[in-house]
Amino acid sequence: MIKDRLSGNEALAVAMRQIEPDVVAAYPITPSTEVPQYFSSFVSDGKVRTEFIPVESEHSAMSACVGASSAGARTMTATSANGLAYMWEVLYIAASSRLPIVMGVANRALSGPININCDHSDAYGARDSGWIQLYCENNQEVYDSALQAVKIAEHDMVKTPVMVCYDGFITSHAVENIELLEDEEVKNYVGKYCPKHHLLDSENPIAVGPLDVPAYYFEHKRNQAEGLKNAKKVIKDTGMAFLELTGRKYGFLEEYMTEDADICIVAMGSTAGTAKYVADMLRQKGIKAGVVKVRMFRPFPAEEIAYVLSRFKSVAVLDRAESFSDCGGALFLDVTSALYVHGKKVKVLNYIYGLGGRDVTTDDLEYVFNELCELKEGKEKTVLNYLGVRGEDNNAI
Amino acid sequence: MSEISKTVTWQKITQGGTIYESGNADSFITGDWRTSRPEWIVDKCTQCMLCFPVCPDSSIPAKDGKRLDYDFNHCKGCGVCAAVCPFDAIKMVEEINSDK
Repeated sequence: MIKDRLSGNEALAVAMRQIEPDVVAAYPITPSTEVPQYFSSFVSDGKVRTEFIPVESEHSAMSACVGASSAGARTMTATSANGLAYMWEVLYIAASSRLPIVMGVANRALSGPININCDHSDAYGARDSGWIQLYCENNQEVYDSALQAVKIAEHDMVKTPVMVCYDGFITSHAVENIELLEDEEVKNYVGKYCPKHHLLDSENPIAVGPLDVPAYYFEHKRNQAEGLKNAKKVIKDTGMAFLELTGRKYGFLEEYMTEDADICIVAMGSTAGTAKYVADMLRQKGIKAGVVKVRMFRPFPAEEIAYVLSRFKSVAVLDRAESFSDCGGALFLDVTSALYVHGKKVKVLNYIYGLGGRDVTTDDLEYVFNELCELKEGKEKTVLNYLGVRGEDNNAI
Repeated sequence: MSEISKTVTWQKITQGGTIYESGNADSFITGDWRTSRPEWIVDKCTQCMLCFPVCPDSSIPAKDGKRLDYDFNHCKGCGVCAAVCPFDAIKMVEEINSDK
């Protein structure tokens, strides 16, 4: 075990160095730029034998990844915001062709207005692309999830690309203490990638990505959905194996102080960490606050989250993106749908927060917990809310 | 292609649509796209072999330096062969039925 101090981007780049994929194709975009930057130094310094392809756009980056992965290469990349948006059509091709590409996404607001700071609108935009999405709270989780992502994506039952999402600047650029595995341990953990079929196997020629007429397309999409469904078991098993290796626990959700909690915040990414801190503060005042962090957003752990949340008297779901549905953020809709389908009746509020890098303070989250206290006690509350925006009645600032 | 038919279920279909066989265009019947068809008038044909190389769908089979009758499973009726024939040995006619 190595103790180090790394930013989230460095943590991902170091994981990539240790994984040493066959191909990395990437194009720089703030705040993920450092990932290909660090990685290209590893290539220049001879620390990895990876083929690094410096492409001219993100569309080309993902296209090169699709080509490389089809050719049988273990393939990785990283991007953010409009870069991810520019990859959009190719994301679907990667997923439908069942290519186990792993991509770091340093979450950043999609323009416009032009903004380079954190929110989840980029990854939310790719929500239905067929990629697995794991959200990380801190740098350690970025490193650990990158290693696990390779195992998950390449698993025979899954064969689906994975996005490792982490908050732009907040996680990508903040330096934290981190524990790394030895290079050799990582090599052993991820193993050698030997796909059964690939384009460079001249003995067994294949065609990848052919035209799929109406008689077959639907069956292929249903088959693809099964990969996402299977991913749940594989993500669980991978987390268990990782726990044995490192002592760090990973699953679909992380529960914090939920044992006896009666109010709870549900969040993804770095805000879950702030919420834990606020829960600790409130505990000292005798308020039974808890936090549920959603790590796995796609596939969505509907049954598990319905079961967990059914224990609370009131719940607030935090969405770091505006989905313009006028019926709540994407996480809120998934959570409430899960509760409904699994027959659990819980009072749930939604807060859209932190757009375009707006700070999420402890005061903001304390305000949310206070609202949950009042809701629990029977006071009427507006279900759909904005947190930390000027002009709202509920503004905590 | 051999594993794919219109009865294949999602459990049995190849992942991602990958095709695990080469040269399979032969088993993909496309002749039914045709709206007109070439008629080979054998009496006028001199076996000059100008038609054989211009067919975009390789639908004029040839053996021992001589052309044979059309492969109507793949001929789209484009008419290029009729256009190059110097001996009026190929005539384009309207396709009547499509059960080739």
